[in-house]
Amino acid sequence: MAQVRFRQAIALALADEMRKDPAVMVFGEDVAHAEGPFKTSEGLLAEFGPLRVRDTPISEMAFTGAGVGAATAGMKPVIEIMFMEFMGVALDMVVTEAAKFHYLSGGQFKVPMVIRASVGAGGGFGLQHSQTLENWLVATPGLKVVVPSDIQSAYELTRAAIRDPGPVVVLEPRALYGDRGALEQKEDGFLEIGKARIMRGGSALTVVSMGQLVGKSLEALAGMDAEVIDLSTLVPWDQECVSQSLKKTGKLVIVQEAPISGGWGHEILSLMVSKHFADLKAPPFIISPPNTPVPYGKELEELYIPQPAYIKEQIAHYLLTSQVPTPWWIQRGLI
Amino acid sequence: MTTRNAVQSKRRSGLRDPVEQLRRMFEIRYFEEEIVGLFSEGLVHGTTHTCQGQEALNVGLAVTLNSDDFVACTYRSHGFALALGLTPEAALGEIMGRTTGCIGGVGGSMHLSAPELGLLPTFAIVGAGLPIAAGAALAFQTRGEKRVAVAVFGDGAANIGAFHEALNLASVWKLPVIFLCDNNLYGEYSRIETTTSVVDIAQRASSYSMPSEIIDGMKVDEVIASLNRAIDRARSGGGPTLIEAKTYRYAGHSRADLATYRPEGELESWLPRDPILVRQNELVASGVLTLTQVEKISEEERAGIARVIEFTRNAPFPQPDAIFKNIWTG
Repeated sequence: MAQVRFRQAIALALADEMRKDPAVMVFGEDVAHAEGPFKTSEGLLAEFGPLRVRDTPISEMAFTGAGVGAATAGMKPVIEIMFMEFMGVALDMVVTEAAKFHYLSGGQFKVPMVIRASVGAGGGFGLQHSQTLENWLVATPGLKVVVPSDIQSAYELTRAAIRDPGPVVVLEPRALYGDRGALEQKEDGFLEIGKARIMRGGSALTVVSMGQLVGKSLEALAGMDAEVIDLSTLVPWDQECVSQSLKKTGKLVIVQEAPISGGWGHEILSLMVSKHFADLKAPPFIISPPNTPVPYGKELEELYIPQPAYIKEQIAHYLLTSQVPTPWWIQRGLI
Repeated sequence: MTTRNAVQSKRRSGLRDPVEQLRRMFEIRYFEEEIVGLFSEGLVHGTTHTCQGQEALNVGLAVTLNSDDFVACTYRSHGFALALGLTPEAALGEIMGRTTGCIGGVGGSMHLSAPELGLLPTFAIVGAGLPIAAGAALAFQTRGEKRVAVAVFGDGAANIGAFHEALNLASVWKLPVIFLCDNNLYGEYSRIETTTSVVDIAQRASSYSMPSEIIDGMKVDEVIASLNRAIDRARSGGGPTLIEAKTYRYAGHSRADLATYRPEGELESWLPRDPILVRQNELVASGVLTLTQVEKISEEERAGIARVIEFTRNAPFPQPDAIFKNIWTG
């Protein structure tokens, strides 16, 4: 198997789909000549030319809308939002247009569009370029949201998203772009949208995570009897997979990068508590950053993101006492 | 559906005949007048936006486009939908929330859709249709097709970011898209000079190196001629055009708005330029129709709308399962 970087896995996925389907096109800021600000479209302009690979003005509303229009008119556009925050100025096009056209045309129009956005902290980009913001998208019926957590899932989810007949948002953890590892390129049998991945089996505890925190959770839980689930698709998330695991373990911890309030973890947690109240052996809880902007200073940013040592300490306490541990900012009396 | 498609196709192709254009303008006028009454009666609930006075623009656009061209319209689009060929039954059914509506009654007055006529789901977000029309044009251009897309929007939309971003993008990429501004002098309840830095929206095209025209939107022939120039340019690779049609909105913004904010006498000053009156005078003057024939057409259309209302009053409401259809694309 080829050794590639995470960002190359995305470029390879795009190229493989573009070769297969002439309707696939790519556009966004600096994706053509510069091959992407994070080099996620390396080689595409050279191979597929300026009609199918285009640089756009810095106009997210226009080019996201253009994606909706092009998809409606039979193309399969993959557009790139450089930093997730920039989707804020194009949110109407994502939530109110792309996700609604099928419904609003009595099922006659389809919007087979992929919106890629880089997300998350860890790169020192400061608080306007470091949020995950997936909660902007979770209350939009009609819109699928996937989040790769490693090189293989980046490749497979990107290809699956392009083949999906409706709009799919792919949230790429920016901190992982430089990761290097093995990639198996394939033509089918991709990870399925809507299916979680059990990264490691276990019986004492269910840990559900997503994005860059999947790797950190796996590292934290080495040697513990924990089942680690990569949610992989946030909308629609795999209730069955989490249910089955929770029935077995009776303990649930969500590990998320989003600030705790209003984050996706509460969606999982509240549904699972309602459904499995009788199966629970301890109160489920969420490991997350605090309700603050993402700080810039290197050490502060590291502290903000749940790191393996912190995840390990929190979960060890939980397994030992069956009590919800106190987060670091309360332990230190910071609020 | 097939029967409806056949009827719609005939309604569309027949519009090349100037007499049919007059007939359709009567249909739109009576349709809209009745909507106001149906709203007061509670049979159209929520909100509705009518377009009396703007029928020349509706019909002129439908005459110039092929049915595989795309049109993005606004929430004030009953007239465009009818002109493009949607049957009054399918339009009124949707507006009254019945299963006979073009999308089965889940959309309502602001959300008419007819892919077979190139009508994208009409937009209730001001300006949203402009980038999306540009995107449809992008698809046509990328595939080397000679199709065009048109975005219709009001003067109020010229102040939202989507307008500026879409014009710039369309100009940079030379997209086959026409931006058709229906300047009826009011953005919702506010008069244009209180919200807009220019008198003529067309002036803004120069910022985007785009050709533009200002036309009398009350004259169907002028609308057709201007659109034909822009469409020819777009189909031959010459890029986008901004057309500003000066029109007047006889009704208020929405629902039961009586538009008391308008200066006294303003509406009356526009009535001699009424698009139906202008068209019928032309046809009578040139000997194509007699006044008696015009009256007959008018009465036929009035009676036709009355029948559609009767039909729709008795049409079924959708069942709860309609809520769950067509959310996820299969």
